[in-house]
Amino acid sequence: MKTLSRIYVALMVFFLYAPVAVMVFFSFNSGESVWVFEGFSGSWYLSAFTNTEMLDALRRTLIVAILSATISTVLGTAAAVGILAFKKKITKNAVMSVTNIPIMNADIVTGVSLMLFFVFIGKIIGAYESLGFTTVLIAHITFNLPYVILSVMPRLKATDSSLQEAALDLGCTPVKAFFKVIVPSIKTSIFTGFIMAFTLSLDDFVISYFTCGHYQTLPILIYNMTKKTVTPDVYALSTLIFISVFVLLILYNIAGSKSDKKRGVA
Amino acid sequence: MNKKGFGSRIVASPYILWAALFVIVPLIFVAYFAFTTPDGAFTLSNIAQIAKYKKAFFQSVLYSLIATIITLLISYPMAYFMTKMKVTAQKMIMVIVMLPMWMNFLIRTYSWISILANKGIINTFLSRLGIGPLKLINTPGAVILGMVYDFIPYMILPIYTVMSKIDDSLIEAASDLGANSFNRLKKVIIPLSFPGVISGITMVFVPCVSTFYISQKLGGNKNLLIGDAIEYLFNSGPDFYNVASALSLVLMIMILVCLFVMNYFTDSEEATIL
Repeated sequence: MKTLSRIYVALMVFFLYAPVAVMVFFSFNSGESVWVFEGFSGSWYLSAFTNTEMLDALRRTLIVAILSATISTVLGTAAAVGILAFKKKITKNAVMSVTNIPIMNADIVTGVSLMLFFVFIGKIIGAYESLGFTTVLIAHITFNLPYVILSVMPRLKATDSSLQEAALDLGCTPVKAFFKVIVPSIKTSIFTGFIMAFTLSLDDFVISYFTCGHYQTLPILIYNMTKKTVTPDVYALSTLIFISVFVLLILYNIAGSKSDKKRGVA
Repeated sequence: MNKKGFGSRIVASPYILWAALFVIVPLIFVAYFAFTTPDGAFTLSNIAQIAKYKKAFFQSVLYSLIATIITLLISYPMAYFMTKMKVTAQKMIMVIVMLPMWMNFLIRTYSWISILANKGIINTFLSRLGIGPLKLINTPGAVILGMVYDFIPYMILPIYTVMSKIDDSLIEAASDLGANSFNRLKKVIIPLSFPGVISGITMVFVPCVSTFYISQKLGGNKNLLIGDAIEYLFNSGPDFYNVASALSLVLMIMILVCLFVMNYFTDSEEATIL
């Protein structure tokens, strides 16, 4: 039984990583193909670094990811606080149902609905081009918000409200009490929400595809590149991104275990 | 002051305004476009034109169902075996399962072309053995494989999470009362992991049924899905927005019905457990 389960898990890991291995392997191909291997070479990494189109797309992706993650973290944390203060259960449930829509709905429907809306607004204000940086940013904030709210809310709910009352009794203003007492106790989940929003935004293709216009982010550039014959430079760039995310995740896990330890001591 | 409130309701208003403007209003736009002509007059012809896409609808649902079932069948043992490991090993396998998800979805799908192409890795290997080449790419099987691969972590994780919370004493009690390993699985583990299975099914089925990249890359142009039809129509210019909206509306309703049915299942199942 034990060997059987080990073999099974090993097979699954093989299945999950076969395409990743293929990507890394062919990024070192000296030829132009991503399935006929000619020899080892690092030249595609060099050409990925000198490809201004790719670097531009990477820069745009990072701008959108940082901005949308930051804005949705601020708006979403405020929303979680406000929603918990709702007294009527009906309003609370209604707001939470709407919050769940972008998570539950198909990405393509979310993308299409935003595009129709943006095109309409663009026509009204007579914009030359209705889709671009602003619309893709709005779209990303929109699909990031629910994840931030759902990450912050449970932690906020579990926070002891007497702490804040004590701060108020000791003369803090409500705003000051919030930042001095509540924020420190929920900062891990705010950070988790931010990281989640950041990575979702970084990786999003479908919603960006319908809302970005000519503001080409990296997934959109990759999409356009895979329409033609793909050369290994796409694989080289993807390998680099994969490694960066890997490092980021490890750092995040180290930070997480450190804060766990701190909590354990306290 | 409300016990659970840390502040005023007012701070939620920017978000509520945002959600109303960018979640609700755009969905109303989809519904509006679905029932109007490009000039804005009411019509049912967009809805009637959906009949033209019945093959795409049928294929989407069929492929997604097959992909969801396969995903469930291979994920369930995986989740089960994971819970049997040491805690540190469990954490490590979790990270290993999640990690491919951080690779770009398009590249993850495209890599399969390298593996399945007529001159790809599998066929190169087979030709050395004197077999083939087999037609692997541009088949329904390749589309289903792509769906299974891209969304399998969404199935493993919820099942694993629910399963790892099952109280060991319940399983011990079952074996003390004479249940063999098959009966323990059938009477204790499977019913208690049911909520995880349901959430896994919805998390895999929804992206499968609405996908448009997997089918274009791995299915050639014979296995087009509903997502492909929507994408194609929206790219064909404003005159086609209305029919495309009708298709999106139907897709959305289909997904809502599916979620509703799934929710109903979990609720009633939990009630019987209690």
